[in-house]
Amino acid sequence: MSFFEADNISINFGGIRAVDGVSFKVAKGEVFTVIGPNGAGKTTIFNLVSRFYDPTDGRLIFEDDDITKVPSHRIAALGIARTFQNIELFEHATLLQNLLLARHAHKKSGFFSELLFLPSVRRLEVEHREAVEKVIDFLDLQQYRDSFIVNLPYGVRKVTELARALCTDPKLLLLDEPSSGLNVEETDDMAFWIQDIKNLLGITVLMVEHDMKLVSAVSDRVLALNYGRPLAMGTVQEVQAHPEVIRAYLGG
Amino acid sequence: MRFAFKTSYEQDTNMFRDRIDASWYLLLAAAVLVLPAVLPVYYVGETTWVFIYAITGVSLMVLVGYTGLVSLGHAAFLGIGAYAHAYFLSHGLPWVVSAGLAIFLTTACGLVVGLPALRMTGIYLAIATLAFSVIIQEVFSRWESVTHGLSGMPVGKAVIFGVSFADDRAFYYLCLGFLVLALWLTRNLLRAPTGRAWIAIRDSEIAAQSMGVNLAIYKSMAFAYSAGLMGLAGVLFAHKIAFLAPDIFTILLSIQLLLLVIVGGLGSLHGAVFGAIFVALLPPVIAILRDSIPASFHDVATASGIAPLAWLGDAIGNFLKKPGVEAGIFGLILVTVILVEPLGMYGRWVKLRIFFSTFPMYKRATFKRQRTYMKTERLR
Ligand SMILES: Nc1ncnc2c1ncn2[C@@H]1O[C@H](COP(=O)(O)OP(=O)(O)O)[C@@H](O)[C@H]1O
Ligand SMILES: [Mg+2]
Repeated sequence: MSFFEADNISINFGGIRAVDGVSFKVAKGEVFTVIGPNGAGKTTIFNLVSRFYDPTDGRLIFEDDDITKVPSHRIAALGIARTFQNIELFEHATLLQNLLLARHAHKKSGFFSELLFLPSVRRLEVEHREAVEKVIDFLDLQQYRDSFIVNLPYGVRKVTELARALCTDPKLLLLDEPSSGLNVEETDDMAFWIQDIKNLLGITVLMVEHDMKLVSAVSDRVLALNYGRPLAMGTVQEVQAHPEVIRAYLGG
Repeated sequence: MRFAFKTSYEQDTNMFRDRIDASWYLLLAAAVLVLPAVLPVYYVGETTWVFIYAITGVSLMVLVGYTGLVSLGHAAFLGIGAYAHAYFLSHGLPWVVSAGLAIFLTTACGLVVGLPALRMTGIYLAIATLAFSVIIQEVFSRWESVTHGLSGMPVGKAVIFGVSFADDRAFYYLCLGFLVLALWLTRNLLRAPTGRAWIAIRDSEIAAQSMGVNLAIYKSMAFAYSAGLMGLAGVLFAHKIAFLAPDIFTILLSIQLLLLVIVGGLGSLHGAVFGAIFVALLPPVIAILRDSIPASFHDVATASGIAPLAWLGDAIGNFLKKPGVEAGIFGLILVTVILVEPLGMYGRWVKLRIFFSTFPMYKRATFKRQRTYMKTERLR
């Protein structure tokens, strides 16, 4: 019985073994953080879970189902959503359109009813809108609703990506460096939101993060990676005190 | 200044933003409806071309402007629609059946051609569609039993359920009706999940995918829908031009169609219509200038006594008569638009509108591009 489990996953890019036999379990309701130096393979793990890459070895398990072979566009419907390290928003669309697109996994209307914009389509649109508005209120994005993403500052884009992931109604949320590029204040806001996401919305969070202040503020457990291999796993204090981890960060 | 006060989410799913917007469109509708009554028949015919081009514009806008897939072969779909319709009509099928079959056939071709689009992007896709259109053009000239090859194929006037659209004014209304239909259907898709999925694919494939968009399905859908609209335009095109020959549906026409959506403004249906006005009306405007410039310069020369003016007028007239000048002017305008106004004519229009509606508080900075972020190494 496991909520999410990576079972001995590995992947090769040409000669590089970017992820090398990584196993971990994420329990329902916790914030699980992956740390490690640049190039350690953290984002690659996310891309494996998003199914952009096929693992060379190992299995991914979500809610007791093997998702190692599920195509990537089915992942959202299963309840896994993500953000990207280098923001991947739909830039020439409004914030509202970005969030509404996140409802795609819950799409019920067919092509021909949309072509005629039947009353049923309008009703479903309003339902999606209501779901999206809850997230807008949650993350305080009201004033940007009709702004085009290209015109928004970096910090707001970062929050918009978080909002878009939440709009899919995920059970597991993957956050790839949620604080990168944010100033101190914005990072504090992010920490509060991650806690709220866990405590108020009951969403499990799997996160990659460099800012150790944010990591210790929100994480229940931490996994440290280096060169694709796990170094240590445990509470923030345990992992930070681990000699291997210290050596990896100091470049010993 | 005008504010749109919204009181329900449903309002945002409406076709028009508010009453004021809707009344402007009503005014426009009234104008195009009375136009044939007041315009000489020659101009009615030219405006009909605007409508047909606008349908091709909507077709290409869905693919290029909204889904971000470039096609250099859309003239082929126009040709397939036109030839198929002409062929079915010549075999005695009723108009509606013939047009329906032609559109269906083009849609199917779009679906097949869309298959490589699932693997290719950018310039590779452009080349693949180009190759397709070259092949289709070859088919048009070789498959004589259907297309009559190089000797061409006459197309009769449209007769729908016994009603003849032989009259230029009647045909104007027919094309207008189909344009409105095409705009309405496309706008419906664009304000629904399908349209958002297309936009998402255009802006970030990986994000679209991770939000649950099946890239293969939505790209094929965009291709098929775009081709289907092209088929519809082809049906009307066949009647309008009255004689089909393979050398109509060349790569040059495809480029002209692409120019239409770029000049009009990518990513908006208004842009498709603006672009159509431009592409359809530029040749007649050049023709009028060609004929009128020498004469008017002569008049000015005799009136003012400055002889070189007459000579200048003749030179301009002669220059405009040279082959290739029209294409050159098209190219020049395309380059100018891309350099000066990447958002196209519609973008310029929006700026003007905002300028007047916020006057005197207009800020230039409203449209300054913010720093954009690098898209390289997206997955790392
Ligand atoms: N698509 C790819 N092709 C080749 N190498 C890749 C690819 N994606 C990641 N890598 C390599 O895998 C390693 C881990 O990268 P990544 O997971 O992005 O690190 P990080 O822990 O900083 O997120 C790096 O050496 C990177 O160059
Ligand atoms: Mg990374």
